[in-house]
Amino acid sequence: MIPNQKQSPYYTDEHEAFRATVRRFVEREVEPYVAEWDEAEEFPREMYKKASELGLLQLGYPEEYGGIACDRFYGIILSQELARAGCGGLSASLMSHTIGTPHLSMFGSDELKARVLPPVLAGEKIAALAVTEPSGGSDVAALKTTARRDGDDYVVNGQKMFITSGFRADFYTVAVRTGGPGLGGISLLLIERDRPGFDRTKLKKMGWWASDTAALYFDDVRVPTANLIGEENQGFKAIMHNFNYERLGMAASALGYAQTCLDEASAYGRERHTFGKPLIENQVIRHKLVDMAMRINSGVAYLEDLTWRDMQGERIVADVCMLKVHATSTMEFCANEAMQILGGAGYMRGGKVERIYRETKVMAIGGGSAEIMKDLAARQMGL
Amino acid sequence: MKVLVAVKRVVDYNVKIRVKADQTGVDLNNVKMSMNPFDEIGVEEALRMKEAGSVEEIVAVSIGVQQCQETIRTALAMGADRGILVKTEQELEPLHVAKIMAALIAEEQPDVVILGKQAIDDDCNQTGQMLAALMDWPQGTFASKIELADGKANVTREVDGGLQTLTLDLPMVVTTDLRLNEPRYASLPNIMKAKKKPIDEKTPEELGVDTAPRLTTLKVEDPPARQAGVKVEDVADLVDKLRNEAGVI
Repeated sequence: MIPNQKQSPYYTDEHEAFRATVRRFVEREVEPYVAEWDEAEEFPREMYKKASELGLLQLGYPEEYGGIACDRFYGIILSQELARAGCGGLSASLMSHTIGTPHLSMFGSDELKARVLPPVLAGEKIAALAVTEPSGGSDVAALKTTARRDGDDYVVNGQKMFITSGFRADFYTVAVRTGGPGLGGISLLLIERDRPGFDRTKLKKMGWWASDTAALYFDDVRVPTANLIGEENQGFKAIMHNFNYERLGMAASALGYAQTCLDEASAYGRERHTFGKPLIENQVIRHKLVDMAMRINSGVAYLEDLTWRDMQGERIVADVCMLKVHATSTMEFCANEAMQILGGAGYMRGGKVERIYRETKVMAIGGGSAEIMKDLAARQMGL
Repeated sequence: MKVLVAVKRVVDYNVKIRVKADQTGVDLNNVKMSMNPFDEIGVEEALRMKEAGSVEEIVAVSIGVQQCQETIRTALAMGADRGILVKTEQELEPLHVAKIMAALIAEEQPDVVILGKQAIDDDCNQTGQMLAALMDWPQGTFASKIELADGKANVTREVDGGLQTLTLDLPMVVTTDLRLNEPRYASLPNIMKAKKKPIDEKTPEELGVDTAPRLTTLKVEDPPARQAGVKVEDVADLVDKLRNEAGVI
């Protein structure tokens, strides 16, 4: 259970009121349906609208485009509370615009912002980010999809892979090669779903079933140069900049799922009786629960500290990498231990722990794999 | 028109409460507190009246310790216009609350006063009725539907035999039942706006209400634990147990 009366320098009464709103939304509108949505490999599109009505999609976006000015702790609260439903596929797709639109919001032209942000923040349109390709993900500088200039258009050719919300998004922020090899030849292009020559197929996955992950195909897709986000060949920096926030968000979610595993395992431990006493009275079980709490609490403390330091303007790249690894390995640890405690009941399909267990790997790989994260951290630390 | 809505700070409905070891009451240390769910329904109903154009202003009132301000903020974040906190450390009884509300009515002159039919902490179900009596106003308790028109209100009440509809003259007191509506969530923009809405502070003394206790709590105990049931073999066994062990037939 997330402490309710927590004394913290980071959270105000407004933060707590927001937490209460999201918690109730998740209890009433999400939890009862997620197992069904996961099996259906889709959730209703109206969830975007419902989320927007409460302000969940608008965090930190400019008010002139329908956003809500607020600090990054609101985003952390949102990730943690959504995680209580234990359905990463829903969180990932519902919030895919938080990776799909920040570049546009920061570097895009006023015309692009006015066209894309209001309907996305209102939950009427869906936005996605497309960087990874069949030939590589973390190695962004090597991407192969090309955008060749032809008059007032770019002509885009190539493929993108493992794209969250990729199947039903309306707007895609696509990383393309507009210049020479390496990181100096990359640009970001906004591509609308109905452009001729743009096609997609839905992918089957180990977890995140409720999310419509897709492969994207671009075959001579003509995109006006007005759709360029920021300056030509300056895309790499923008991509890397937002990866920090994507990873912070993923860390918050991962710790949320870990907490959900702990909550589920403690509740089950109290309820389940074996050999004449509640399961939780066995030392081996109690120690498992404490091992889970230890890792979660240190991760949450790190997360809050980093969020605050980022708000002070500090460069936190190395720490974000380490936090992402710590948080996602905590999630893996807790899913594993919770599954042991729940035993056969945990292995049955449709429970929170079973879903989270299937989603540990996407968290440890997506948004930068643990191995890449550690290497980046090492370089940032001058090792 | 103006609506006054009472919002009480109570132990959250999700909390498993514990009786204090010295049996003087319920342990409230580090326990999550929230708005009484029936009062949330009251706030929601006032908001719907405002959205329908029949009400201009909604004033949320809470009575109790300083932290009741958070409960008022919740009402403001749902959409109420301003708040009044009547601050006291004294434990209050329904009659005290009714008298304080009556004093506020004299100042605010509302057309409709909405209260929850009861609070989920003590389940008294008295304040609304007492308030109506003190004011000599019509009352519609356990409301499951409220329609305002031409200075009157049709209030549908949930009574034992079914539904009863009363026509009341305004001003009136209504108490809410569960099925009146489903309260909305406070959206983030409204949470932010609520920060800037005014909350007046008053005390029972300023309102001329004596809050000296009239009741004494002797002892608070857990309800007796439920005994495990027994399985019977067949109907004959059941009848035998009912007749000879339970002595009920």
